[in-house]
Amino acid sequence: MAAQPTLYEAPESVLTESNVQLDITIEQLKKLVSPRAFTGETMLLNMGPQHPSTHGVLRLLLELDGETIISCIPDIGFLHTGIEKTHEGKTYSKGIPLTDRTDYLAPLSNNMAYVGCVEKLLDLEIPLRAQYIRVILLELTRMNSHLVWLATHALDIGAMSVFLYCMREREMILDVFELVAGARMMTSYFRVGGLWRDIPAGFAELVQKVLDIFPQRLMEYEKLLKDNPMWKERTVGIGVISKEDAIAYGMTGPSLRGSGVNYDVRKAYPYNSYDHFEFSVPVGSNGDVYDRYRCRMEEFHQSLKIIEQAMKRLPAGPVMVDNRKVAPPPKHEIAYSMESLIHHFKLWTEGFSVPEGEAYFAVESGKGEFGCYISANGGPKPRRVHFRAPSFYNLQALPKISRGCLIADMVAIIGSIDIVLGEVDR
Amino acid sequence: MGLEQKLGDMGVVTTSLEKAIGWARSNAIWPMLFGLACCAIEMMSTQASRYDLSRFGMELMRASPRQSDLMIVAGRVSRKMAPVLRTLYDQMPEPKWVIAMGDCASCGGVFNNYAIVQGVDEIVPVDVYVAGCPPRPETLIEGILKLQDKIKQEPLKKWQ
Amino acid sequence: MPVVDSSALDLTRITGNLGDAIAQVVTAHGETTLITTRERVIDVLAYLRDGEQFEMLTDETCVDYYPKEPRFAIVYQLNSLSRRLRVRVKVFLTEYDKSIPTATDIYPSANWAEREIYDLFGVIFEGHPDLRRIVLPAGYEGHPLLKEVPVTVEEVAFSFNRRRIDADKPYARE
Repeated sequence: MAAQPTLYEAPESVLTESNVQLDITIEQLKKLVSPRAFTGETMLLNMGPQHPSTHGVLRLLLELDGETIISCIPDIGFLHTGIEKTHEGKTYSKGIPLTDRTDYLAPLSNNMAYVGCVEKLLDLEIPLRAQYIRVILLELTRMNSHLVWLATHALDIGAMSVFLYCMREREMILDVFELVAGARMMTSYFRVGGLWRDIPAGFAELVQKVLDIFPQRLMEYEKLLKDNPMWKERTVGIGVISKEDAIAYGMTGPSLRGSGVNYDVRKAYPYNSYDHFEFSVPVGSNGDVYDRYRCRMEEFHQSLKIIEQAMKRLPAGPVMVDNRKVAPPPKHEIAYSMESLIHHFKLWTEGFSVPEGEAYFAVESGKGEFGCYISANGGPKPRRVHFRAPSFYNLQALPKISRGCLIADMVAIIGSIDIVLGEVDR
Repeated sequence: MGLEQKLGDMGVVTTSLEKAIGWARSNAIWPMLFGLACCAIEMMSTQASRYDLSRFGMELMRASPRQSDLMIVAGRVSRKMAPVLRTLYDQMPEPKWVIAMGDCASCGGVFNNYAIVQGVDEIVPVDVYVAGCPPRPETLIEGILKLQDKIKQEPLKKWQ
Repeated sequence: MPVVDSSALDLTRITGNLGDAIAQVVTAHGETTLITTRERVIDVLAYLRDGEQFEMLTDETCVDYYPKEPRFAIVYQLNSLSRRLRVRVKVFLTEYDKSIPTATDIYPSANWAEREIYDLFGVIFEGHPDLRRIVLPAGYEGHPLLKEVPVTVEEVAFSFNRRRIDADKPYARE
């Protein structure tokens, strides 16, 4: 005798705390997904944190009706590093290497935001030569960041060779960083009051090589993607966000400019003598994946233009402020002056004090407005350092952008808003 | 061992099964396509144009842990990521190896704070530690070659 | 360093329109800070968005002023894209009543920033649509950016204590 088959009894809810492992209670989930998910009409799909197209360790909970995304719940924090807490235990100059590791694709932009904020608190005037060198390196950093974006974005959509081309050009830029700072990625080259040292011999040749080769290479990328029908099929009209929504969600950078808002920190609040250079800010109109892609591609040209001008007009002079409160004594002085040696020792152990106050300083990194907010307590260590990460706010708009899209377009949208989880989670 | 001498140049090499398997395993490692932080970018560089990891039989990155033999922990592991990392490790079929790439994965690095696991060896057993913050691609390749040497000497008994 | 010019900010108009909501105006390093109270912060933000065209909430964060009292400050950075102006709004909270109305109704971008403040400082945002931990795992106890939480967790290893630290370390097994 076969056992009597039992009838399938539909449970009250297909979602229980044990099968939704999102660090979330069922009560909270009810606010985020539609009621249809509880009856099993729509499907909840987990994406990440280990997924090749989430650009790091982003986790998404997608509610799908067939192939259409109804709601998207990002779950971040898988790379939460506690950088802001660690800053509280470091002196101001020892904090610079930590900033490299927030947005690790554009370390020099982060350095700039941090040292710029400390300089603002100290009311320091930076020598012009240091400012120009900073501009050159910041623009190279932007190109570096955009190259990794293009490589991974194209790889996600299925263009493998662009990845290899972009990484090839990226090595050229990393060679420049390696020459000036000794490290490929984590340079910590900008110091409070100027630069670590003057640019070494051979710098001009290497930058000139980038300037000579890059325009041809850009043509190659354009040939591969710009009018490629497959590329356009995957990008045009996908992931649209309106101007008003983009502003309301705090989006900045190319992701905002793709929607037609002309906002660039370099133009709006010029720092580092960016107002000495001529460049334009590329602005899109439709706010889709393709326009964001076009904005970034045009920025390559503008960056090259800025570097060319800065190299041509690079002034002579010191690269560090003449203020011994923050600038270490030069090496040759330490050799014969006891006071200089003691002062150097004091600067690297105790550090310099910053007067009590607070300041916010923003730069335009490759992703958008990278800001640094420091609350100083008058001592050598900050009370609070907070980074305004552009990816954090850009990613916040992802549920809004992706609503109603197909699931296959999700990777295109994630790629187009160019997130780096290191700065989202900090 | 006298066989080769007797047969001369007949193209026959004798070896122990252990060595043959070790040799085969060490030259066809499939790493998992899994990056965490800054080191993942250097891992990408290692695979890409200039450094070209496929020279060492490692070009095939698999996105699924079920198909990979080597987990390169590239970057800092947060307390939230730690259970995920262990799950991924448990999903990998044996034999499997782990490289802790960079200072953060090896010992917590500069981030001695509440959020970061102080060394990934608290979660998964590590075979090779690669120093650097982040390690240069050459350093990672050196670490991989070290691992290949280690695999070649592994006794067969260990994996049944 | 060129200092951002905030002279175009008409402070008399703002204080005139908001009246006693602005407790204090601080100008330092070329930045203007409006200090307001917890009860009036929503009015201030709504006025700044609609009346002064500060369309974007650039950032929202919290500062722990321990051992000063009031201990916490919620800091809003506002940005006007059309007028090229920045202003900072600040609200002080005491240690014993860490709650403040949410700004998500006025600026949707405050959503995750407020979740992060809740996560790291334990400040409760009243009326927030989805107030739960964002960067730390749900089971985490405490709020790590408070000053009573130590900065480092592991003893720094030197040659004299390396063996002891290594012996206590929980190494994983296969």
